[in-house]
Amino acid sequence: MKTTVALASVIGIVASAVLADTTAPDDVSFTEYGEVEASLTGTAGDPAKGAEIMTTRSKGNCVACHAVTALADAPFHGEVGPTLDGVGGYRSEAELRGIVTNAKKMFDGTVMPAFYKTSGFIRPGDAYTGKAAPDDLPPILSAQEVEDVVAFLMTLQDS
Amino acid sequence: AAPLVVQAGGPDDDELVINGEIEITTKAPAPAFLSDVMDEVISGWHFRSDETQALEADDFDNPGMIFVDKAREQWDTVEGTEGKSCASCHGAPEDMAGVKATYPKWNDDAEEVRTLQMQVNDCRTERMGAEAWKYDGGDAINMVALLSAVSRGMPVNVAIDGPVQATWELGKELYYTRTGQLELSCANCHEQNYGNYIRADHLSQGQINGFPTYRLNNAALNGVHSRFKGCVRDTRAETYAPGSPEFIALELYVASRGNGLSVEGPSVRN
Ligand code: HEC
Ligand code: HEC
Ligand code: HEC
Repeated sequence: MKTTVALASVIGIVASAVLADTTAPDDVSFTEYGEVEASLTGTAGDPAKGAEIMTTRSKGNCVACHAVTALADAPFHGEVGPTLDGVGGYRSEAELRGIVTNAKKMFDGTVMPAFYKTSGFIRPGDAYTGKAAPDDLPPILSAQEVEDVVAFLMTLQDS
Repeated sequence: AAPLVVQAGGPDDDELVINGEIEITTKAPAPAFLSDVMDEVISGWHFRSDETQALEADDFDNPGMIFVDKAREQWDTVEGTEGKSCASCHGAPEDMAGVKATYPKWNDDAEEVRTLQMQVNDCRTERMGAEAWKYDGGDAINMVALLSAVSRGMPVNVAIDGPVQATWELGKELYYTRTGQLELSCANCHEQNYGNYIRADHLSQGQINGFPTYRLNNAALNGVHSRFKGCVRDTRAETYAPGSPEFIALELYVASRGNGLSVEGPSVRN
């Protein structure tokens, strides 16, 4: 019992050290248009990682709903959302960060899920298990993963 | 390179006639309560590939019919303390033609909305002295498939007012509630986006006139509540259980959205 508690607090310390410069989901500030101006982590995003997140089912799985020519290697792009080709050309980084964090701030009632949000859900589950969510439900994407996706979206300049 | 997006596929224009004789109404004018959101209700059959569609046109090709045959045996099997089978009271399965089309429905004595499985279990426990079947378990689904097969071609016609109204309203509320971490409702996918591709899948209206469905994905017959459970799970939500009051209400509501379509089960889907 004692070791478990000690271990838990060590993990706790490590986790908070990692999260030191990270804005928590509930603390993200949106402009009235739904943009998020400040980086969620202060660390620049990695577009290559962003591309991977966008095609990974347990992560962003953005291609479930969006077609993206630059990600053509991943099969079966969806049509529920608009194509993202060229989106880095006509959207600012702050807009894209806002859309990925919580698209409902910009597009009222949109079907696009909020990827960096941890509260306010109805019957939240534990990922795709169908079971109830743990009390400390993590966001679908971590703050750095959001930055990675935004960095990738910014590379989509040609439509 | 292959085209990225298979272009927006609405429902196709094929027609379904089973065994060259049972004409299935797979598109019908939407019931009045849906007039603000859609004109036509469409069976999930229209959203499947030609190959999958063809499996349903002939009972010899439809893998779901194997389970119907199992249920025919069960129908004649004496079970329980009363020494009775379904046949003892109900004659031939064909005498049940039309029953499936009206479920879920109100039971006056029990003062509750009953799904077909609840009714069958009531016969088993109260009249046969046999054990209830597990909700959406193999025996129960097989029997629902038989009861469906003998009603094929008849229009779905579930009541939505009178004593069932409160349950129907609850089902409607559940249909439009955005659940889970993805905050998606049934309507987000099956009302707003039917015809669109969501990853590999071609979204249908999520109708249940074709249930039970034989799914090529899991090579088994699937019950309505199990399908609901899968869809709710896919919103990253805590699901409801098969047989729960929520899914009974949702089944009533979703069934009513298909009023006018033919009973089609056991159908074939992917
Ligand atoms: C369940 C469907 C769905 C998923 C999953 C989804 N989106 Fe969206 N997305 C939409 C829809 C629908 C819109 C259009 C907004 C609206 O509702 O008007 C949209 C809009 C956008 C836009 C704005 C496009 C423009 O033309 O301005 C961006 C950028 C975007 N999504 C990126 C993403 C990224 C990145 C991911 C994954 C991390 C993602 N989406 C996941 C459905 C989805
Ligand atoms: C001892 C008689 C008896 C047996 C055995 C019996 N039932 Fe019933 N069943 C009834 C009666 C009586 C009703 C009407 C109940 C009511 O309306 O409340 C009924 C109703 C039904 C209904 C609903 C009919 C409708 O129009 O709504 C179905 C379906 C059904 N039974 C299926 C079965 C199946 C399947 C079995 C065997 C597993 C079975 N029954 C065994 C007596 C029986
Ligand atoms: C994220 C999208 C999504 C949501 C939300 C969703 N579904 Fe589905 N559903 C699907 C997909 C994809 C399929 C498989 C393709 C098809 O038949 O539409 C499907 C299939 C179905 C089917 C089988 C239809 C058939 O003909 O076999 C039913 C019934 C259904 N859904 C009902 C529901 C209900 C009720 C809800 C809400 C509780 C719901 N769905 C929520 C995506 C969704």
